[in-house]
Amino acid sequence: MTKSLQKTVLDTLAYLVLGIGALTMLLPFVWMISVSFREPAQQYSRNLIPDPIVFQNYADLFRVLPNNAFLALVFNSFKISILTVIGQVLTCAMAAFVFAVVKFKGRNLLFALLLATMMIPPQVSLIPNFIIFKYMHLIGTQWPLILPAFWGGAFGTFLLRQYFLTIPRDLVDAARMDGASLFDIFWRIYLPLSKPAVAALAIFVFKDAWNDLLHPLVYLPTDMQQTTLTVGLAFFQQQLQLGGKFTVLMAGAFLSILPLLIIFFIAQKQFIEGIALSGVKR
Amino acid sequence: MEYGLKPLGREKLWLWLMLVPTIIGLAFGTIGSLLATLTLSFFDWDLIGAPTWAGFSNYVQLFQNESYMEAFSNTLKFSAMYVPGVVIISLLLAVLLNRKIRGVGIFRTIYFLPTVTSAVATALVWNMIYGRDTGILNFMLESVGLSPICWLCTNNAMLSVVIVNVWGAIGEGMIIFLAGLTAIPRDYYEAAELDGASGFQQFLRVTIPLVTPSIFFQTLIAAINAFQAYDYIYMLTRRSGGDSSVPVAVFSIYRNAFHFFRMGDASAQAIQLALLVAAFMGVMFWWERRYVVYE
Repeated sequence: MTKSLQKTVLDTLAYLVLGIGALTMLLPFVWMISVSFREPAQQYSRNLIPDPIVFQNYADLFRVLPNNAFLALVFNSFKISILTVIGQVLTCAMAAFVFAVVKFKGRNLLFALLLATMMIPPQVSLIPNFIIFKYMHLIGTQWPLILPAFWGGAFGTFLLRQYFLTIPRDLVDAARMDGASLFDIFWRIYLPLSKPAVAALAIFVFKDAWNDLLHPLVYLPTDMQQTTLTVGLAFFQQQLQLGGKFTVLMAGAFLSILPLLIIFFIAQKQFIEGIALSGVKR
Repeated sequence: MEYGLKPLGREKLWLWLMLVPTIIGLAFGTIGSLLATLTLSFFDWDLIGAPTWAGFSNYVQLFQNESYMEAFSNTLKFSAMYVPGVVIISLLLAVLLNRKIRGVGIFRTIYFLPTVTSAVATALVWNMIYGRDTGILNFMLESVGLSPICWLCTNNAMLSVVIVNVWGAIGEGMIIFLAGLTAIPRDYYEAAELDGASGFQQFLRVTIPLVTPSIFFQTLIAAINAFQAYDYIYMLTRRSGGDSSVPVAVFSIYRNAFHFFRMGDASAQAIQLALLVAAFMGVMFWWERRYVVYE
């Protein structure tokens, strides 16, 4: 076989495998969307294209659940996720700046300690944290989901520190000459220059908060007014009002992944590079 | 000590103020709670009465507790299938995408989708796809003449759950391998070709050794995720009354702590999970020193 023929054959094979794989990856999403536009009577139909195409399921989400519960779920999810992003970006950036730029006694020790915590499985923290929040009478409120976001974290601090280290030191020295304080240097130089890394962290944190199942399940009542969209969805099936209609369930599932799909398509580069970065330069 | 900005006068205070959240996190979130869980594992406590000293009995009971042993062995079985599945498939995909063919971006996006979207939402569709009489998967099997499978019945549930978890994880693995593959200098392949190595030989002798750091990292991540797997499994195997047909370790911790309020048992289980993670990491780092090639 000649070289070019061999390449053509191998490329075709690669396309074939990748193509079949891609269809498998897409099938659940395509099916979700397809079912969500069907009439309830056709929920088990095997036809991909609904006939007729109806929007009733999406309307039902807002209409059938009592007290606008679906809107409450969406609001809760946005509120918790956005506050989590603010907390993580702020507290991780402050710590990352101190670890990357400032010289002080115990820096290396403290940083090593923080990195070591990456090895502790989050389930280990769950029980003591539950007990603390119980004594603070916060179980059943959204605080146990929001407060921990404001106590930093190894992953975010490490990610931002790595980026901060690439910012030229001359900038700091020049600012120091002009009499800038430590906090000025952080707020006016490091944060604005680190937008790509901050964006990557914000996306990761938002995704994890939005998709979280375990923590809302532990801390929030499963009442549709209080909990998040992800958890609400997990209990939709049991809601009598929906009567086990998969068409409405799929409409809810699609709406619940829509914000992340939009963010992903806009900021795909940051997302994928963030993952690659965490893999290569550990 | 490397370069560092010296804090001036009152800035020493600022410095520590900026670290306060992180220090609180260490005290309450991670290190403090590890110690607290460890302490709790030596007590019996239902959160209402006073905790009573239990010595090692919670740990001894773990091995006599059938439902926990089932959960723990499910976690091990799950990991034994999930980790090789994720590592091998995502490496294969990355090698194919690294052929510099057209449309790499589109494939990358498609494979990455499950990483972005919530396990709860996609598990609901998988539930439909796996349906015994109504699911699209059995429809496909029947249309090629095979007999339908009860995907989520007790015998098959583990395998079905592994499939969904692998489906959800290969996008991230692929990205990590792709980054490792693109870092291999082209010269190596050219040199191998001059020496008359075939494409397959190049893969075995150049690609695989040079991608070992990524294999190491991806195996570590996949295993840690496997030990902590919960979302898809819970959504696909839950039964009425909060039970599960494939209970795993995290499920057992959750149920003991927050349904039965057996804080001591749950803590001992959490510590055992942490020890499993630590032991696995120890083995992996030993393996790294022997087999992983860093340039």
